[in-house]
Amino acid sequence: MTDITETESARPGGLWLAFTRNRLSWVGLALLATIVLVAIFAPSLAPYDPLEQNIVARLEPPSAEYLLGTDSFGRDVLSRLIYGARISLFVGFVAILIAMVVGTTIGVISGYIGGIFDQIVMGVLDVMLSFPTLLLGLMIAAMLGASLENLIIAIAVTEVAPFARVARAPTITLKQRDFVEASRAYGCGPLRIMFHHILPNMLSDVVVMSSLWMASAIRTEASLSFIGLGVPPPTATWGGMIREGFENILDAWWLAVFPSFAILLTVLALNLLGDALRDASDPRSR
Amino acid sequence: MMAYTLRRLLLAMPTLLVMLTAIFVLVRLVPGDAASVILGDQASTEALTALRTKLGLDRPFYVQYFTFLGDVFTGNLGLSMSTGRSVVHEVLTVLPSTIELTLAAIAIGLIFGLPLGVAAALTRNGWMDYVSRIVSLVGLSFPAFVSGILMLIVFSIQLDWFPVLGGAASGTDLSDRLRQLALPALNLGIIMMAYVMRVTRSAMLGVLTEDYIRTARAKGVGASQLVLQHALRNSLIPIITVVGLYFGTLIGNSVLTEIIFNRPGLGKLIVGALNSRDYTLLQGLMIIFAFCVIIVNTLTDLAYGLVDPRVKYE
Repeated sequence: MTDITETESARPGGLWLAFTRNRLSWVGLALLATIVLVAIFAPSLAPYDPLEQNIVARLEPPSAEYLLGTDSFGRDVLSRLIYGARISLFVGFVAILIAMVVGTTIGVISGYIGGIFDQIVMGVLDVMLSFPTLLLGLMIAAMLGASLENLIIAIAVTEVAPFARVARAPTITLKQRDFVEASRAYGCGPLRIMFHHILPNMLSDVVVMSSLWMASAIRTEASLSFIGLGVPPPTATWGGMIREGFENILDAWWLAVFPSFAILLTVLALNLLGDALRDASDPRSR
Repeated sequence: MMAYTLRRLLLAMPTLLVMLTAIFVLVRLVPGDAASVILGDQASTEALTALRTKLGLDRPFYVQYFTFLGDVFTGNLGLSMSTGRSVVHEVLTVLPSTIELTLAAIAIGLIFGLPLGVAAALTRNGWMDYVSRIVSLVGLSFPAFVSGILMLIVFSIQLDWFPVLGGAASGTDLSDRLRQLALPALNLGIIMMAYVMRVTRSAMLGVLTEDYIRTARAKGVGASQLVLQHALRNSLIPIITVVGLYFGTLIGNSVLTEIIFNRPGLGKLIVGALNSRDYTLLQGLMIIFAFCVIIVNTLTDLAYGLVDPRVKYE
């Protein structure tokens, strides 16, 4: 996420200033940085092995030995929570990266070509936009089978349409600008114009939105894992932990509560950051 | 209005076709095919061939596609692979419960979200605006199953105010029914409220800086009339658009909510279909959701016409 702030600060204009003036953006940034650090240093932070079972210490409530308690296999909840951050962030990040590349490419090409091609592409994307994200992801994950790769594919597909929409609009205005005309007169081919002249001028719009959509991707990942279509057990995932906690909800509330807050904080951090970035890049809402 | 309605309905047809095609393709992505899924790994080649012929899987792709479309448009969604009853029957049995839940959630979302959004816009950058923005952002960050689980733990298990095991009983009296509906509806409704609040606030902010608002104020139009008739009415188009688009999220959230609160409905049906690898039921459910989405999109478009008379004459 530091990438985003760096590219934004390099851009002339008051975007970085507007972003830093928003107090909530700092909260989001600090939260997210903490979670990312926890994920990176999981092996040194986690007090136990997240997969190590201890049948004697099953369903132990939070204590000095097990800070957040243990699950039905006697695994340490805190350690699983720390390792779970890796899956959530990794899936969210990679899925958004794929969706960004595919979606932006579709949006730029569609906007640049225009005409009937553009109308058909946008029609299909509108259909994808209005179909329930969770059900689309669920359907794809169910058909492909539960695994890390399929989960990423399913989530990436659900986020392609928003990126394409955001990339298409500026492409349509940019392609009529003088500098594009000039490069065309200079003999640049359409591919060069699209990806060398148009794309860099709208990349910030796309990157700004990616924070908000990564929040939605992480939410979808957690929901699919909760339903049982995520990375299969025994790997620790927040959604999967909540699923296990839900099965023991009457005797062991801590199993579901702690991963719930982990998901909430991560999504909230990304939303705060995304909101601040979007407000800062839109002069009207400043 | 009649011509406008007809045109909108016609415009929905290509969208529907795209959705149905996507579902057709998706279902055929299953590793192996439907016949091997139904009969399992141990099935003999003869049995597989027989079932493929029966299901029409041996026919060319395009024939299967048009048969599929023909079936959908004549209301034949096939038989559930796990129960053997028709998919339409399975869906109709639980549909009222899901509709009850989503309508209650929409009501909660609009009744609280609209006024709060207007209030936030009017007190822009004041403490109330600040608080409501944080509240709505937190509300939007909750995956529906997370908020549902937390509510279940606090209100049903710790405080024991509501039943833990949702509502399967349909013959019980009204107060029982409402008690069973309360938590799931609140769970869905609060998330929707956060959304409506946010959208209303930004739509109102956009309208409040318009010239005609200044003119109206200069004319001496009263505050309440200014807000309700001049500002809110003109903010309704973006609000309706976003609420219409929210329908997809609402469906997804209702699936999760039904699982958490153990309510009969489309959500539980989906998960049951997933667990028993009942692909015909899953496909049928997706088709029904596609129809719902199209209907809501069309209703959203029609609502534009009601709110803004100019739309009809475009």
